[in-house]
Amino acid sequence: MDMKHFKYVLKENPVTGFAFVLFGLFVLLAIFGPLIAPFDPLDSNAGEPLTPPSAQNWFGTDSFGRDIFSRVIIATRLDFGIALSAVLISFIIGSSIGCAAGFWGGWLDRVSSRVADTIMAFPLFVLAMGIVAALGNTVGNVIYATAIINLPFYMRVARAEANVRRNAGFIEAARLAGNHDVRILAVHIFPNILPPMMVQVSLNMGWAILNAAGLSFIGLGVRPPEAEWGIMVAEGATYIISGEWWVALFPGAVLMLAVFCFNLMGDGLRDLIDPRRRT
Amino acid sequence: MNAPERNIPLLRVQRLQKHFKVGRNAMLHAVDDISFDIAPGESVGLVGESGCGKSTLSRVIARLADPTSGALQFEDVDLAVHPAAKFARDSRRGVIQMVFQDANDSLNPRYTAFDTIAESLRLLVGMKDAAQIKARVEELATWVGLPVDLLSRYPHQLSGGQKARVGIARALAPSPRLLILDEPTAALDVSVQATVLQLLAELRDKLGVAYLFVSHDLNVVRLLCDRVVVMYLGKVVEEGPAEAVFTTPRHPYTQALVAAIPDPDARGRKTVRAEGEPRSPINPDPRACRFHGRCPKGEPKCELTMLDLKEVAPAHRVACHFA
Repeated sequence: MDMKHFKYVLKENPVTGFAFVLFGLFVLLAIFGPLIAPFDPLDSNAGEPLTPPSAQNWFGTDSFGRDIFSRVIIATRLDFGIALSAVLISFIIGSSIGCAAGFWGGWLDRVSSRVADTIMAFPLFVLAMGIVAALGNTVGNVIYATAIINLPFYMRVARAEANVRRNAGFIEAARLAGNHDVRILAVHIFPNILPPMMVQVSLNMGWAILNAAGLSFIGLGVRPPEAEWGIMVAEGATYIISGEWWVALFPGAVLMLAVFCFNLMGDGLRDLIDPRRRT
Repeated sequence: MNAPERNIPLLRVQRLQKHFKVGRNAMLHAVDDISFDIAPGESVGLVGESGCGKSTLSRVIARLADPTSGALQFEDVDLAVHPAAKFARDSRRGVIQMVFQDANDSLNPRYTAFDTIAESLRLLVGMKDAAQIKARVEELATWVGLPVDLLSRYPHQLSGGQKARVGIARALAPSPRLLILDEPTAALDVSVQATVLQLLAELRDKLGVAYLFVSHDLNVVRLLCDRVVVMYLGKVVEEGPAEAVFTTPRHPYTQALVAAIPDPDARGRKTVRAEGEPRSPINPDPRACRFHGRCPKGEPKCELTMLDLKEVAPAHRVACHFA
């Protein structure tokens, strides 16, 4: 992936450029959040409780007098961490199983497709709730639950993409050139299905963040007083009726922005790694 | 055209069969009891209509598919005993290579021309030194007339003719003794076809590699091949020197094929035609001639006994009662 191609993709699609910049900002916040945040996210003396946005507290304060701006920034690392690890786990496992199932077919394909169907038969969020409730209320389990409910999507995309390529001429040619099956899968099929997988990864990142926030919102997963977007929206929800809109709005808006950013990034990522998009 | 010695065959196809199960008690006889030889450096044309099994036969010979029964005697070893899945890592994988019909589909879209050609050098020839590989890839590119500066390009950046050249260079990389060409020019423009055929003829003379040229373009086969094998519904119906088969075809099917070659001088002349549809290749009657029903000469005895190939002239064999 050279710079020339990178620049070309960004020039062709400025929205992608915007999404990449936004993603970069989020990554910076996740890494340097503690240095940027003006207050300690757990410090309840950042201002009077429930003060509206001001020069001192840009996003206002919550019912404990904690600075919402600082808490939103600090939460980036946790939310992105959960989403990234969950997507990484389901991408690696889902695409390996899906690829193998699509390429070899047979019992592996039948078993894995039925497992995917079974997962998809549940309302996914309820399944995630069940998993976290059964395994215990920890960040690790939120990651596993999110990974499991996203697994079928990767398996299906990888299976379909590997399946249409297994009889392609270049696969037969690869056999003639001395590739055994596993090498064909890893070197010839997998890189070719990466572009559509990347779209899936990017969309999934958005869902994964929403899912993690959603679990925390209903009291599973990350627990207060930890700073996390879902919890903050949940805490703020009760104050919307009484007029303190800022408590829920700002974490909610940042959450929306993050999901939005991932959804926009999908096409750009695909264009970046697809050599056919090269001029 | 040179006349290669025919005493020691390079490849001896012996009673090769490939059947596919297509349902309960239904077997499709794609390749049915086929035997023929290919001498070192010889060009053999394999002709027949679509669906006659010539692609299946070439895939079995290329060891991409397993035969149901029969032997593929390559020099002194039977290659048919190795399952196709294991053969990819066999030390003899490189001796039989194939050029595919669709040059576009047969190139990995994420591999540059260089990577495509170099792959078998690394995997089959065992070259490790980057400079050595580069030298060999550039040599191959020069052989097939591919400009060296195009080697860094991806398939979508190459023209159809250039892709065909990459496919040929890749097939030649492990120094094969037998090259199977599966209608290598079918997907190309007419103008490019001629140059690619010219190239193939030059390469054969230069490298001494044997060709199995699968095609339904009889003019191309006549131009390029020493010998012709005519297939009909999984069976060889006629086999012989290219000139003899084209000038004096003995089997009614071959006669119909040859008569179908467009020829401006033959206007108005009465020609042999095959009427109707081919018989089903599923569970064929083992006694009946496969061409019976379409054959203009067919008699009741054709339904009762199918002849094996018999010699009608030196090296010219035909399977027909009337030959």
